Amino acid sequence: MKYVDEFRDPVMIRKTLAEIHAVADPRQYYRIMEVCGGHTHAIFRFGLKELLPDNVELVHGPGCPVCVLPMGRMDDGLDLAADPNVIFTAFGDMMRVPGSQGSPLESKARGADVRVVYSPLDALKIARQNPDRRVVFFAIGFETTAPSTAVTLMQAKKLGVMNFSVFCNHVTIIPAIRAILDSPDMRLNGFIGPGHVSTVIGCRPYEFIARDYRCPIAVSGFEPADILQSLLMVLRQLRSGAAKVENQYDRVVPWEGNLVALKTLAEVFEVRPHFEWRGLGFISHSALRINDRYAAWDAEKTMNIRGISVADPKAAQCGEVLKGVLKPHQCKLFGKECTPERPIGALMVSAEGACAAHFKYGVTPQQRPTGELTELPVISL
Amino acid sequence: MCLAIPAQIIEVANDDSLATVDILGVRRKVNVDLLSDDPPQLGEWVLVHVGFAMNKISAERAAEQIELLSMLGEATAALEEADGYDFAAPHVSPFAETEEQPLAADDSRPRSDR
Repeated sequence: MKYVDEFRDPVMIRKTLAEIHAVADPRQYYRIMEVCGGHTHAIFRFGLKELLPDNVELVHGPGCPVCVLPMGRMDDGLDLAADPNVIFTAFGDMMRVPGSQGSPLESKARGADVRVVYSPLDALKIARQNPDRRVVFFAIGFETTAPSTAVTLMQAKKLGVMNFSVFCNHVTIIPAIRAILDSPDMRLNGFIGPGHVSTVIGCRPYEFIARDYRCPIAVSGFEPADILQSLLMVLRQLRSGAAKVENQYDRVVPWEGNLVALKTLAEVFEVRPHFEWRGLGFISHSALRINDRYAAWDAEKTMNIRGISVADPKAAQCGEVLKGVLKPHQCKLFGKECTPERPIGALMVSAEGACAAHFKYGVTPQQRPTGELTELPVISL
Repeated sequence: MCLAIPAQIIEVANDDSLATVDILGVRRKVNVDLLSDDPPQLGEWVLVHVGFAMNKISAERAAEQIELLSMLGEATAALEEADGYDFAAPHVSPFAETEEQPLAADDSRPRSDR
């Protein structure tokens, strides 16, 4: 237990770990998905996998917005950036994400006006300071960041900033979880639910996971103790045959979510009929687009966007890693052609990406224990 | 982008929805529209996400979150993000030159992605 003593509360961690080892049935094999990329990062950083029983596997989920963005959307964004009248703004995380013709950083090197912003409000400010230029904000993120984009658009409308456009790539987590549960090559027994997304959407939207798929889920904080406690909650449910939504992170996540944030989403966005996710393909109703009330600020309605679909590089297996079918080190390119310095796939770029975390913290591959183990039955509809 | 950074309210928001906060030792404005049901008061703590206060937290919880950021090697990135918020009125904040208090962080990790 090499990391335990550096944790805030080693006594609590040891106690939780002991309970995990006691509750996990040695005759069963458990596959628990942590949905959120922030959890993935923490799990690698703190070496939590090495503390768990051999028959408890943590599967990394799709909760890294940079990682699930298909390459075609990056290309579309950089097409806009190529216009000399355009100032292209995006979060720093996006700067090294490869499109088929290079990353935003490489576009900048070729002369495009690409700027890092830390908030969509910064992009709006740049638009107000440059009335003769068109400022495009490349909006990305789950329900955690979407309300910020919504409030920014409401301000743009209120202030009449007409040279500001948003290229909207916001996605929603629930349809992605459903797609994973419906995927025939996935066999999951439970979920560690995302923390910050849940501060917006609350815990109620996860109820279908328990009700329809009989999978336990615990919404979790980001401390090592939080993640281990959430895992224990899920394992206890599995042991007792229960399936319900639990809120381990209730000191931050209200059960009902943030109603003001949900209202701003409803004011500005509507659900797309379908949206492409890297690795998961097209998922119905899984993303947001700007509604007609805000059409004047929607880059997709007011600017020329090709909207073509671009396949990932053939040898890269980002899709399989994203779905949890392959571990990062099982990809043929991992650590060879694809490294954080020269990323081929987005999972190697973002700190929340499973590949970057795996590369940085170099975890020993989990060995599936030998002997006969029973997979828990997974009910699919 | 997925960082949540704790900040303490130093001055409550006026009509512009911007509250002044101390965020990792830097004074910045953050938008509080998403907390309009229960606006944060002087001295209260909030979690900030891309320039927006997303929820209120306890002082104890805020201290834990700051420690977590540094343990995750994200303290420098968080400080850079907080420092980067630049959407308040187009004047230079008199506090912009304030000595920043870097976190005691093990942040040797290269953060070229931010």
